[in-house]
Amino acid sequence: MLQLLWLIPAIPFLGALILALVGRAFSRRMVAVVGVGSVAIAAGISLAIVPAALALQAPYTQVLWTWMNVAGFRPEIALYLDPMSFLMILVVTFVGFLIHLYSAESMEQDEGYSRFFAYMNLFVGSMLVLVLADNLLLLYLGWEGVGLCSYLLIGFWYKDSANGLAARKAFIVTRVGDTAMLIGLFLLFHNLGTLQIQDLMHRASVQWPAGSPYAIAAAALLLGGAVGKSAQLPLQTWLPDAMAGPTPTSALIHAATMVTAGVYLIARTHVLYSLAPQVQFAVAVVGAATLLLAGFSALTQPDIKRVLAYSTISQIGYMFLALGVGAWAAALLHFMVHAFFKALLFLAAGIVIDALHDEHNIFRMGGLRKELPIAFWTFLIGGCSLAGLPLVTAGFFSKDLILWNAWASPHGGLGLWVVGIAGVLLTALYTFRVIFVVFFGTRNTPVTHRPRYRVIVPVAVLAALSLVGGLVKAPLLAFLNSALPALVEVRAGFLTELLSAIVSGLAFATGLGSAYLFFIRKRQYADALAASSAGRRLHAFWLADWAFDWFYDRAFVRPVVWMAAINRRDAIDSVFNAIAWLNRSAHFTLSRSQTGSLRWYAAVIGAGAVIFAGVILLA
Amino acid sequence: MLAAILFVLGLIGLLTRRNVIFTLMSIEVMLNAAGLAFVAAGARWGQADGQVMFLFILAMAAAEVSVGLALVLRLHRLYKSVNIDDASTLKG
Repeated sequence: MLQLLWLIPAIPFLGALILALVGRAFSRRMVAVVGVGSVAIAAGISLAIVPAALALQAPYTQVLWTWMNVAGFRPEIALYLDPMSFLMILVVTFVGFLIHLYSAESMEQDEGYSRFFAYMNLFVGSMLVLVLADNLLLLYLGWEGVGLCSYLLIGFWYKDSANGLAARKAFIVTRVGDTAMLIGLFLLFHNLGTLQIQDLMHRASVQWPAGSPYAIAAAALLLGGAVGKSAQLPLQTWLPDAMAGPTPTSALIHAATMVTAGVYLIARTHVLYSLAPQVQFAVAVVGAATLLLAGFSALTQPDIKRVLAYSTISQIGYMFLALGVGAWAAALLHFMVHAFFKALLFLAAGIVIDALHDEHNIFRMGGLRKELPIAFWTFLIGGCSLAGLPLVTAGFFSKDLILWNAWASPHGGLGLWVVGIAGVLLTALYTFRVIFVVFFGTRNTPVTHRPRYRVIVPVAVLAALSLVGGLVKAPLLAFLNSALPALVEVRAGFLTELLSAIVSGLAFATGLGSAYLFFIRKRQYADALAASSAGRRLHAFWLADWAFDWFYDRAFVRPVVWMAAINRRDAIDSVFNAIAWLNRSAHFTLSRSQTGSLRWYAAVIGAGAVIFAGVILLA
Repeated sequence: MLAAILFVLGLIGLLTRRNVIFTLMSIEVMLNAAGLAFVAAGARWGQADGQVMFLFILAMAAAEVSVGLALVLRLHRLYKSVNIDDASTLKG
């Protein structure tokens, strides 16, 4: 059964190929069948190998062929299946399939229907290569593949130049991280002589003592790549702008593919991070800082999709926090749950946006609870899961586990735990802000479009998963811990697991309560707070994402644009132009002597002969 | 000495005359001057080589004149003149 593993990434690629080559000639129905069907088959195969994968004693490797064989460098196209990659492919194919099904309906009116599905299939295929890769080079191929597809999909509506700008921004900002990662790969190969992940981890732990500079450098460079792809501080600026793409694309980027790649990379190379405790601590700090900053930014955004984008940054901050304290399995658990509820939130938001004729501003929505009951209930479930409604939702269990581990782990501490709790409060606040503003109050825009079954089925399934996903916590953790080192809980001081859960529940309730107070009961409080001078400044500051964009614009974009402008006639080119100019002028000078007059030639020959004869005779 | 005078006369003719026929004749004069120099040098050092070389020059001159006259005919057809300066379209 496991021999079918190679089909899982291959079939989405095949779908993308068919749609890219002959998709133009297909009818819309046929495009949807190919586009959705390919991911459905991949999801089916992943489900089919569940029994075989659960029964697996040791990780399964499927070598397809040797990629190249140059002077001892011999990467293979090989797939590696262990509990971690298995969980990833299940989530990627299954959530990916639901999003494809949703977009079959929501993108129906778009003229680029087949192009859209070609990109989406390529996206899913690249992500599957990334998670199944047996060596870091193949992983890097998938890594760049998802980068390319995110560029294509963010700029999908390319006729509006703002979308193209957002796509380029995403591509360039993630490229910064990718470059760091590539240098990290060079370093690893140069020092350890292989890129095969398991060999690499083994050799690293044998050759490098804990805290060795090589391990620190390699781990830090890979962290750079992860930070770029996962939109963490300081490379998070591309993700909110990535909302320029179609809504299903955002769901795919946030839930199943792309942004979780960084989490996966760190979990996959966790041995390196264990060897470099400083970098591992940096991972935790990056995660904690990101989750707070993004939480504050999310509070102020008026665009429903941008709120969700910041919430993704914040939730991936939680995953980084978990990775940083060594709670590898908890990070992956939160990844899975996050994939469910974030896909759900985006798809539900997509229903609202479509219903109001492409309206993104939450303050122009309002009162949609009765008009769009499906969107309301599913968004509510997703929001509760995101904010961590205690005991009922999956988000609560996974986030609570991270918080507890942030305290209990040998690498954790009270500071990280407090930041995490503050994040819970913020999450509840901004989530319910959106819910209250969009679905309660007075109706501002008439509803023009209602969802049909291909949209309803995916959101219903995802809503169910967001609720019950927490139930598989214990078996899933046991399954993952067969591949990842389990966390040693060292600290059990005054803060017990139960107390941590209660505090996080209280933080949720506080956030929910304040959102209720500010956005339902006493709307004037929120307005007054935002209108005060400090509030206004803070609002503008958070709205602009802590002025990161402003800073990058001043520090990097403008100098580069300025240099490009003054160097429009490339300084280096002028050297070559000078050579060309010299040749041309020499040519014109000499061609002046070619008069065409035979007698002139004869005279010159004669004079030359006389001069030579004179020189010879005199010498 | 006589050969040198002849050569210079031919060269002057080549440079001053515009008529292609005269140009060709001047070249013939220069060739014969060179041949005369070979013969004189052969007589001076008692070698037969000079005369052999003159025979070669004679044969070459005959060939050259035939080709040259053919070219002159073509030029005349083309430019309706035998003025060498008219045929200066290869000017750079």
